[in-house]
Amino acid sequence: MMEILRCTVNGRPVEVGIDQRESLADVLRERLGLTSVKKGCEVGECGACTVLVDGTAIDSCIYLGVWAQGKTILTVEGLQNENGELSPIQQAFVEEAAVQCGFCTPGIIMSAVEIVGSGKRYTREELRKLISGHLCRCTGYQNILNAVERAVNEAHKFVGREEQEQ
Amino acid sequence: MFDISSIYQAQSVADAIRALEQDPGALVIAGGTDVLIKVREGKLAGCRLVSIHGLEELKGISQAPNGDIEIGPLSTFRDVTYDKIIRANVPVLGEAADMAGGPQLRAAGTIGGNVCNGITSADTASTLVALEAVLRVRGPRGEREVPISRWYHGVGKVDLAPYEVLTKIVLPRKGYEGFTGHYIKYAMRSAMDIATLGVSCLAQLSQDKRETRQVRLAFGVAGPVPMRAPGAEAAASNRPVEQALAAIGPAALGDVSPRSSWRASREFRLQLVEELSARALAEAMRKGGAQV
Repeated sequence: MMEILRCTVNGRPVEVGIDQRESLADVLRERLGLTSVKKGCEVGECGACTVLVDGTAIDSCIYLGVWAQGKTILTVEGLQNENGELSPIQQAFVEEAAVQCGFCTPGIIMSAVEIVGSGKRYTREELRKLISGHLCRCTGYQNILNAVERAVNEAHKFVGREEQEQ
Repeated sequence: MFDISSIYQAQSVADAIRALEQDPGALVIAGGTDVLIKVREGKLAGCRLVSIHGLEELKGISQAPNGDIEIGPLSTFRDVTYDKIIRANVPVLGEAADMAGGPQLRAAGTIGGNVCNGITSADTASTLVALEAVLRVRGPRGEREVPISRWYHGVGKVDLAPYEVLTKIVLPRKGYEGFTGHYIKYAMRSAMDIATLGVSCLAQLSQDKRETRQVRLAFGVAGPVPMRAPGAEAAASNRPVEQALAAIGPAALGDVSPRSSWRASREFRLQLVEELSARALAEAMRKGGAQV
């Protein structure tokens, strides 16, 4: 049941043979070595496997790899810049000490990328809802929320949109 | 790797129907947020799948010239929530869709899957029942329409033959025009949880906003399938708003048949039915301009 998957991963065109039964999380981890994509619950509850598909955060554990045909995928590996420095969102997680064991972190960062990318401002309650598809068993979420809030506020200075369109 | 014995990626609805005709034992997979979990749990291990994922002809939300709203079943929960037509005409459906699972699930799971899996706790189902939605399905011999009142046959069973595909969820204009609605999901957590009880109420008010006209009430998890509450609707329709509020809960108890499960006892669900019916009606009427 092999098939060739052609898509763009972290800005690079990728052509890889995959089994049709593989989840996108399997493809990214096993075929492409992108181990920032964590497999936690594998039933779409914990959010550790979150990646962006065409800019939208989804759980890659319950998304078939073959469905990514022709799509653009972004994982944490695609965030660092050419010098290897952290992105402002990752930096916000460091500044706010939002990382303890780190297992949930890549997934939450990818959701944060989508949230920050909207260019909007959100209340803390809205941010809570926007990251509610992630489970963290260490930090109690406060610092994570602080980090996401910080990233949103910093990004808003550059790409801010005042209108609450959505 | 998923325990799937075969998966066919359909190129069109016609192609999917053809594939399902050839293999009536195959299951349709759309967003995957339900099927893949059942595969993982072993309930559907070894299944054969026909994927309709990504078929453009099943996406999109539009309004027909007669005012009916037509929802492509591959619209994700998120598509429904943020759609301009839904927001302008039936915001209650978008609000209900926004309560399923969490953000990532809502970006992948589809409203069509939510009604085709025949689950009583489906967050959009009770609102679609209250809206008197019509399901348009296509099979080898063409299309037919099924009112949602005849859609649910039992737990996990809907009026869909093995070789048929849901192609539209239609919200007839008379089902939503003039109504304001409210959906309440009662669950232990505010995200990533399944409803202990779901209540959707639509209300139409008199000109002076002091009396109800038509009231519609529908439940999820108050019985084996999403259901209307005709007794409660009769008790709450064409009444002064205060009377309607007092009458709807007790009357709803006669309409429902919840069971005990590990989530909640029958007794607790009955209490939720009575209390949340009134709360949903109050909020629906408030949105319509009533002072309650």
